[in-house]
Amino acid sequence: MMKLNPEIDRTSWQVTSEWVRCNLFSSWWSSALTLLGLAVSYWVLWAVLDWAVFTAIFTGSDGSACRIPGAGACWPFITHKFKLFMYGRYPVEELWRVNLTYVLALGGLVPLMLPRVPGKLWLSVYMLVGFPVIAYFLLTGAEWLGLPIVTTDLWGGLLVTLVVACVGIAASFPLGIILALARRSDLPLIKWLAIIFIEFVRGVPLVTVLFFASVMLPLFLPENVTFDKLMRALIGVALFSAAYMAEVVRGGLQAIPRGQFEAADALGMSYPQKMGFIVLPQALKLVIPGIVNSFIALFKDTSLVLIIGLFDLLGIVKQAAQSDAKWFAPQTAVTGYVFAAFVFWLFCFGMSRYSAWLETRLNAGQRH
Amino acid sequence: MTRATKARNEQRSLRSFTDYFYDPKTRGIVLQLIVAVLLVWLVWATVDNTIRNLRAQGIASGFGFLWNTAGFDISQSLIPYTSTDSHGRAFLVGLLNTLLVAVVGIVLATVLGFVIGVARLSRNWLVSTLASVYIETVRNVPPLLMLFAVYFGVLKTLPSPRNSIELPFTSYLNLRGLYIPRPIWVEGIWIVLLALLVGIVAAIWIRRRAEKKRIETGEQGTVLLPVLGCVLGLPALAFVLAGFPVTFDVPQLGRFNLKGGLVIMPEFMALVVGLTLYTAAFIAEIVRSGILSVHRGQREAAAALGLHDGQVMRLVILPQALRVIIPPLTNQYLNLTKNSSLAVAIGYPDLVSVFAGTTLNLTNQAVEVVLMTMGVYLFLSLCTSLFMNWFNARVALVER
Repeated sequence: MMKLNPEIDRTSWQVTSEWVRCNLFSSWWSSALTLLGLAVSYWVLWAVLDWAVFTAIFTGSDGSACRIPGAGACWPFITHKFKLFMYGRYPVEELWRVNLTYVLALGGLVPLMLPRVPGKLWLSVYMLVGFPVIAYFLLTGAEWLGLPIVTTDLWGGLLVTLVVACVGIAASFPLGIILALARRSDLPLIKWLAIIFIEFVRGVPLVTVLFFASVMLPLFLPENVTFDKLMRALIGVALFSAAYMAEVVRGGLQAIPRGQFEAADALGMSYPQKMGFIVLPQALKLVIPGIVNSFIALFKDTSLVLIIGLFDLLGIVKQAAQSDAKWFAPQTAVTGYVFAAFVFWLFCFGMSRYSAWLETRLNAGQRH
Repeated sequence: MTRATKARNEQRSLRSFTDYFYDPKTRGIVLQLIVAVLLVWLVWATVDNTIRNLRAQGIASGFGFLWNTAGFDISQSLIPYTSTDSHGRAFLVGLLNTLLVAVVGIVLATVLGFVIGVARLSRNWLVSTLASVYIETVRNVPPLLMLFAVYFGVLKTLPSPRNSIELPFTSYLNLRGLYIPRPIWVEGIWIVLLALLVGIVAAIWIRRRAEKKRIETGEQGTVLLPVLGCVLGLPALAFVLAGFPVTFDVPQLGRFNLKGGLVIMPEFMALVVGLTLYTAAFIAEIVRSGILSVHRGQREAAAALGLHDGQVMRLVILPQALRVIIPPLTNQYLNLTKNSSLAVAIGYPDLVSVFAGTTLNLTNQAVEVVLMTMGVYLFLSLCTSLFMNWFNARVALVER
């Protein structure tokens, strides 16, 4: 009997070899590239494995084991300093407060990020109003609750990174929306103030904004008002990312058809009603990927606070690698940076995957 | 005055307070007045506080410090500079160092970014996978961390000058940087430069003629060889004829240190390498989306007209892709320039490090120094956006 579909009878070996021929060796040029790629990946993989596993040092209570010639990664440096990298010099007996804050944050954030969970409104209210207040008192302490005060100079490591990133995100989001609305306003004074602010901030590097916040801001304030270093960095980061957020939101506002504005006007809605119920819900939904992208950028930018003397994850790794003579070894610094890079990568890659997933979901909803 | 206008005027004067309250125009004016008053108050309070604080701390104000002696050394300078020069000159040195890093970084990042972007679209599975892995790794790590990894992790662990790593062309690599021969141009080099100039003019003329011929007759002559001959061959010939008008100051390995040669600082290398690797990942994504934005039909139509692969890319795909690529690309160039301010963290003497760092610490004039530094970056981004507007106007699709 004649076979109607020859595809069905092909062995898996035939399928594989055909795939290899089409995707790796389709022409002499492609074959050369494949060989080159193989050589590069072999070399990189071997170098990484050799450094991270084969010649790496896994045990030891100080850097002496890592000082032998030809030693690779110095992993005990990470395990011994793990608490320092995560919490800085936060008092050990108070660490439960930091962990509780993380749990409370996750408890609000995870249901908020999963599209199927109901009660988004109350969750957002909790995350935007309730949680910041709780987190503030938990982390800094409150005598009337029996929580000893922990000053911010003791904070460090991933804790500072997360605090700067989260406060930056939470502050820049509403600020950015206000700036974007102001930039689209019909009132010339408000429009021009927004344009000047946004373009000024977007035109300068974050380093100079942080310098501004740390050395100029104290001069602008009355003598009796002082902020601590962390607060100044937070102000700088929030102002900086608000300008970028404003441009993302403006992109969404511009994509809303005029008819939506006019229909809201025709229904007799006031400006806050028109924006809050009609325009913003549509505009923000459109620019969710852009918003997540600017969150990723903000998360990476938090590492810059070490320039004005705060010890975020990168800053504390750098300090531990450079100033602790006990751990001094050729590969200590690299091991520390690889660890920090991995932590940053986990957060940023996670956010970008989430944004991509959300994007396809939203697109799927719009297609029919 | 007619009766109608009279009636209308009467009506207007009868409007009550609530009418004004709900009038959008009146509301707008009142709102702007409130904002203006708040703004004036804010500016006044800021200036007043600043003057008070400066007086209390005994800090001078004004730009007079720019002419005072700086009193500090700068490890790399493109113009002659000593510690007896002024702060103003230190500012200039920092600015030039920033521009040097930016230009070198932009050139390298563009090349690497285009290569990776094209590789990402390759039909070869291995090549495109490697490109994606690179992009997804680098994009999700802070640039400052990459700088530290290159600087403290690699360049600072190199051997001391005594045990320098020897490279080809009598170059040496060690803890203090990369030592390469410094070319010294002697008399007769102007002949080579002249030949180069003549070569470029001739090459442009050959191209123009070939283009004209193609439009008139449709014949596609090869211009690559004659053009290369003019641009490269002519100067090379002049170089030989002038009797090799160049000598090299070769770095020499002494007992403790290397002498002579051109030294490329490790800080500079780390900054260039870190910024290049980081920005290239973003440029690659821009290039990829630019090429993907050109409709399939364009490629198929070009192939149907008988153009071969290279021509399809050069004459059909790239001109259309560039329209999408250039605006975000200039944005990345600007980002790279702004990110070069991370130099302050590894001690490369760029504008922020020299001026907003050392000068600020010595003079304490925070307001002037920070504003001047910000002004430079603002000026650069203003120039970039002006260029972008001009470019967009030039390449915008001319639609009916």
